[in-house]
Amino acid sequence: MTQTPVAPPALTTQRASGCPFDPPPSKTALLESEPISRVSLWNGATAWLVTRHADQVTLLRDPRISADNRRPNYPSMSAASEATRDQIRAFINMDEPEHNAERRKFTGDFTIKRMRALTPRIEQIITDLLDAMEEAGPPTDLVTSFALPLPSLVICELLGVPYSDHAFFQRNSAVMVDTRSTSEAALAATKELGAYLGDLVESKVANPADDLLSRLATGYLKPGHSTKRQCANEALLLLVAGHETTANMIALGTCALLQNPAQLAAVRDSDPARVANAVEEMLRYLTITHMGRRRVATADIEVGGQLIKAGEALICSGDTANRDPEVFQDPYTLDIDRQARQHLAFGSGPHQCLGQNLARVELQLAYPALLRRFPGLRLDVPLEEIPFRTEMAVYGVHSLPVAW
Amino acid sequence: MQITVDAEKCCGAGQCVLVAPEVFDQRDEDGVVVVLDATPPADQHALVEEAAQVCPAAVITLS
Repeated sequence: MTQTPVAPPALTTQRASGCPFDPPPSKTALLESEPISRVSLWNGATAWLVTRHADQVTLLRDPRISADNRRPNYPSMSAASEATRDQIRAFINMDEPEHNAERRKFTGDFTIKRMRALTPRIEQIITDLLDAMEEAGPPTDLVTSFALPLPSLVICELLGVPYSDHAFFQRNSAVMVDTRSTSEAALAATKELGAYLGDLVESKVANPADDLLSRLATGYLKPGHSTKRQCANEALLLLVAGHETTANMIALGTCALLQNPAQLAAVRDSDPARVANAVEEMLRYLTITHMGRRRVATADIEVGGQLIKAGEALICSGDTANRDPEVFQDPYTLDIDRQARQHLAFGSGPHQCLGQNLARVELQLAYPALLRRFPGLRLDVPLEEIPFRTEMAVYGVHSLPVAW
Repeated sequence: MQITVDAEKCCGAGQCVLVAPEVFDQRDEDGVVVVLDATPPADQHALVEEAAQVCPAAVITLS
């Protein structure tokens, strides 16, 4: 009699009813019961799920861990991401030394100094959006009126993508990050957006402006250091990552603050230093990158008492790491005055989010500005009617009906 | 305290600058870490230790 091995439990994104801001309880329970365990993925493959903060930092910094999604056992997120793997090959899925060489093309564009220098322009964009909201009057969907246009406008200006094309790129981007998209739909959306961005970079060779894609065009495409395809892939990564994430932090963060009136008042009425601290806590508490960091071990690695063998897949779930009681006291409480700087919302290791300091500046300006403009801001529907983005690569809300 | 950094491996996240801005900066052209003070005064030590701890690429060494 041979025994059929029992498949490990499926990795889930389903949260507990009434707890839309906490990771799935079955995942956080593992922090105590089995910090590193086997899980089944959407396609029947298995991976190690690494839940604890310390183990994730150790692994994500380990050069024997690969982010290359072309490896046979790479734990892909969905059929859509599997299908578009070759279309969107950029530094996020490269290993050293290729990764750092590629990433360094952009690190100068995202320094803290540069991001802080954008403050006046970001403030202006925020003011314009809030003016329009005020003029139209309540109710409104905060996602379409504020949360999404703000980071979209900012990343468009930074890259040199015409914002007038926002409906086109937001539509394609939404298909790309939806884990329910068919392979065909995801591939079509990726190709369409990639072709658009490739042509855009190419057009900047002859007509460069003061933007990132122009620097890519004149510094890399024109002298032949990068192909048009490479430039398109990198532009695609920056555009999608640059607006999906921050947009969801703004909308989901506002929703969370509306459930925590004392915390909301503190964010609204504090000085910039306290607001900056609050943003770190919001990043920790919400951890919208709920699919985790996906990697493959290239050697046998022992971590947290568990042997991960060469070739095995692993997922570092930042959302559970950010609820790890070893690191964060009372982790289920949103406390904007706690010291949360060691959170893993942006990941860790050499792949840690390139745009994190842009996100910080946008969030530090957006939350207080919105709350000061509309002191009476409230949800226009009960919390249980808010459509949360359980099935998207980036968690958040599909819409957020608000009034004031 | 003596700070050494492996600038080759720096990924330009800027975490050290956020934590200890009096001790660390970034090069304008590529965001790579610049040490402003390799032997910082005692009142900076705790921040420098935190910076080393949160550096995603673990390129800050203290001795």
